[in-house]
Amino acid sequence: MSRESTPGHADHPHEIEMPHASLRDYLIGFALSVVLTAIPFWLVMTMPLSAGATAAIIMGFAMAQIVVHMVFFLHMTPKAEGGWSLISLVFTIIVLGIALAGSLWVMHHLNTNMMPMPHDMNQLP
Amino acid sequence: MTPHPAPETGPLLGKLSLDALPLHEPILVITFIAVAIGGLALVAAITKYRLWGYLWKEWFTTVDHKRIGIMYMILGLIMFLRGFSDAIMMRLQQAMAFGGSEGYLPAHHYDQVFTAHGVIMIFFVAMPFITGLMNYIVPLQIGARDVSFPFLNNFSFWMTTAGAVLCMISLFVGEFAQTGWLAYPPLSGIAYSPNVGVDYYIWSLQIAGVGTTLSGINLIVTMLKLRAPGMRLMKMPVFTWTSLCANILIVATFPVLTATLALLTLDRYAGTNFFTNDFGGSPMMYVNLIWIWGHPEVYILILPLFGVFSEVTSTFSGKRLFGYTSMVYATICITILSYLVWLHHFFTMGSGASVNSFFGITTMVISIPTGAKLFNWLFTMYRGRIRFELPMMWTVAFMLTFVVGGMTGVLLAVPPADFVLHNSLFLVAHFHNVIIGGVLFGLFAAINYWWPKAFGFKLDVFWGKISFWCWVVGFWLAFMPLYILGLMGVTRRMRVFDDPSLQIWFVVAGIGAAVIAVGIAAMLVQFAVSIWRRDQLRDETGDPWDGRTLEWATSSPPPDYNFAFTPVIHDLDAWHDMKRRGHGRPVTGFRDIHMPSNTGAGIILAGISLVMGFALVWHIWWLVAASFIALIGAAIVHTFNYKRDFDIPAATVAAVEDARTRQLAATGA
Amino acid sequence: MSTKTLAAADEELRFYDLDEHAHPEGHSTMLGFWIYLMSDCLIFAILFACYAVLGGNYAAGPAPKDLFELPLVALNTAMLLISSITFGFAVLQMQQGKVRGTQIWLAVTALFGAAFLAIELYEFRHLIHIGATPQRSAFLSAFFTLVGTHGLHVTFGIVWLITLMVQLNKHGLIAANKRRVMCLSMFWHFLDVVWIGVFTIVYLMGMLQ
Repeated sequence: MSRESTPGHADHPHEIEMPHASLRDYLIGFALSVVLTAIPFWLVMTMPLSAGATAAIIMGFAMAQIVVHMVFFLHMTPKAEGGWSLISLVFTIIVLGIALAGSLWVMHHLNTNMMPMPHDMNQLP
Repeated sequence: MTPHPAPETGPLLGKLSLDALPLHEPILVITFIAVAIGGLALVAAITKYRLWGYLWKEWFTTVDHKRIGIMYMILGLIMFLRGFSDAIMMRLQQAMAFGGSEGYLPAHHYDQVFTAHGVIMIFFVAMPFITGLMNYIVPLQIGARDVSFPFLNNFSFWMTTAGAVLCMISLFVGEFAQTGWLAYPPLSGIAYSPNVGVDYYIWSLQIAGVGTTLSGINLIVTMLKLRAPGMRLMKMPVFTWTSLCANILIVATFPVLTATLALLTLDRYAGTNFFTNDFGGSPMMYVNLIWIWGHPEVYILILPLFGVFSEVTSTFSGKRLFGYTSMVYATICITILSYLVWLHHFFTMGSGASVNSFFGITTMVISIPTGAKLFNWLFTMYRGRIRFELPMMWTVAFMLTFVVGGMTGVLLAVPPADFVLHNSLFLVAHFHNVIIGGVLFGLFAAINYWWPKAFGFKLDVFWGKISFWCWVVGFWLAFMPLYILGLMGVTRRMRVFDDPSLQIWFVVAGIGAAVIAVGIAAMLVQFAVSIWRRDQLRDETGDPWDGRTLEWATSSPPPDYNFAFTPVIHDLDAWHDMKRRGHGRPVTGFRDIHMPSNTGAGIILAGISLVMGFALVWHIWWLVAASFIALIGAAIVHTFNYKRDFDIPAATVAAVEDARTRQLAATGA
Repeated sequence: MSTKTLAAADEELRFYDLDEHAHPEGHSTMLGFWIYLMSDCLIFAILFACYAVLGGNYAAGPAPKDLFELPLVALNTAMLLISSITFGFAVLQMQQGKVRGTQIWLAVTALFGAAFLAIELYEFRHLIHIGATPQRSAFLSAFFTLVGTHGLHVTFGIVWLITLMVQLNKHGLIAANKRRVMCLSMFWHFLDVVWIGVFTIVYLMGMLQ
């Protein structure tokens, strides 16, 4: 909590803080995105690797591409809005992770431990 | 299964027909007549005294956070009376329905009553109360002139109100859900609830949810961006801190509720299979998702009140709050941990030992920061000069009551114990113990504490004490029997009972509810008497309790712009610090103050949403389409309004402040 | 500590900001909008969670391999990705103060967005036509809802784009409009981020099963 700043009265009295974008950023971001999109599609469409390896790679690429978009398109920096943008993003990711992983874990347990129901449509041919 | 088969749908009125009016239920007819007469009298009075223009210009369209806060509180109070009448009806039914007696409520009605009680008390009583409180107090405590998005604030209020109105309409047109307050499928699915009850539930929560989420965003940004110079995070008042965390929870959980209810809506309206029994749907997924929202919601309700108790304890003990830093960190811990405990609401649903123990342990862990807070309050009182004014009395009652509720909560957190106690009246007693003992007592402390700030006069002490004692005694009378009944295995939501030996406990609980009713009546009398005797109770200083935080630095009620000059903060408990060091209130050199202007857009948009919600409930598709287009259109038109603020001229500010200077001189402050 | 020393030490302390400047209009909007996006992100999180949990429940109906056509999805992804960079060009034009250029690039973005929607609707129509309706299985319910919600957001984004172009015409690049362009830019790029999740988890992972 030491890096907090007081909200700026004196800092920029008449300007609104807006991220500054540059053509270079957009082009780098676009190029990286194209690569990071094309490779997973190619991997899945031609299947040169095993399914497990492909899955791991495409998930990794997706995460990398999300970071690329955050940095180059959404201009996310640790400094933006006094750091609050990043903090809220991190908090959201934590909650998102808890909700996703928790749901999968809990529902997996419920699916495994509950008695099979006579009308369970999953099991029907 | 249901008393009425699903009605035919017509093109003009959808499922709506004269049969939807509950003319066969005398209780509802009488209620309707009473409400209609009361409503007509109110409308007539407003018309007679020509108040419509005043209400529209000064209140309905206002963007002033203080007025919006007061309107939220009024909404909460009205809905509280509705929710409490549901409670009394249930207590009466359960005290009567023994030995073959069916009581006086038919099952169809009784099921609606307990559902409506839960929904209304959480969404339309507790939420408006805490939102109203935060709206009123937070900007004042941080030395701001308004919230960050004043129009959005007005819009949020009206959306919440629209949700409440839609929920109330269900009382007289059609029916409300009969599913319990969280509407678990498959019971709430179209196969088992083919009528409009669940639809009313869904759309009133969705409309109100928009308001809640937006007001959460608004208040977070306000606290992050509009703090007075010098108020670093660790110099924020504790109430502001707990409000910040509560609003973070709102923004990070209400979307979960919105999404979950949207999926249930799709199941009901479009025939999808998320939570159905067939085609791979999983009702348990709904339970899982709704509690990912539901548990943080509990902390949304209680956290701001923890802040209230902190302010009250410190003010009335005449001491700085003990352990401010630990209080802040405890609040942050609770914020994060509240996301890790949701499964304890369905321990018995079939998870394995590893899942149940994980969530059992996290649930016990979350009680630690709460316990730390309690010790902080006790140590604040220790060797303080305690003044037992009404807010302090409520705070002490909270400490004693809440501890019991917390301990029964830890008991329920043990999965094997939960297997015995889940879904029993023990659980019902537990959560009423924490919600009444924590949230409501906190609200009453807050109302008694900040009323003088909002209206310029204190609340009457005599009637306040009557209300206090009735509430506290009534609470224990009403809920201790439920603990005992729960331990004996009585399940919740029962309408009739076979075992006559249980009746005495239900009678005692009913008497407790009656005592609480007297407490509520005494509170209303307290308000009325205080308004009547306002000249005797007047507080001219703006600081009737020798307060410590910034809201007491301005007049009561505060001027539109809150502070003529923004305060500069040097210490925690800023106002105490200013008084201690003999600050000089500036009396000259006023400037123009930039303020947002009022707008009717919020009430218009919310009104259209209400129409759309009603049309969706009754499947009146042409009206849905028309109101949807109107909603989008009205929103776009609103974005073309670029002139949203004005300046209060320095001369006006000077006039207001000079009057204040004379007032202060007269009181000798 | 006596009161005298306190008073002496505090003589310079200011308790009121006598030379105050009003907060510039809309100085909180960007942060507020970002927090709104975070809350929207959680709506998608729940839809993803539903897809993850229920996505394997085919109820003896079609599975992803029977339904998805990756070339179509790749084309769709390309549309959205291109619309992202065209929005970037609009922002660059705005920074240089060129109203017309901003409007043109916003229009191009809207066109690519519309193309994306058209392809998605074509896919939906095809699926429903072959009997893979949202009602068929929990997997399909979750699929249509997740992809459809993203599509609804894009639709809303296009409505906003058009509104904004009109507003730029009326008022030019005033501060309020610049802020709106930046907010919509965040919204648009955010949708692209969500789409990365959609095409990876729904389409690509679906084809691997």
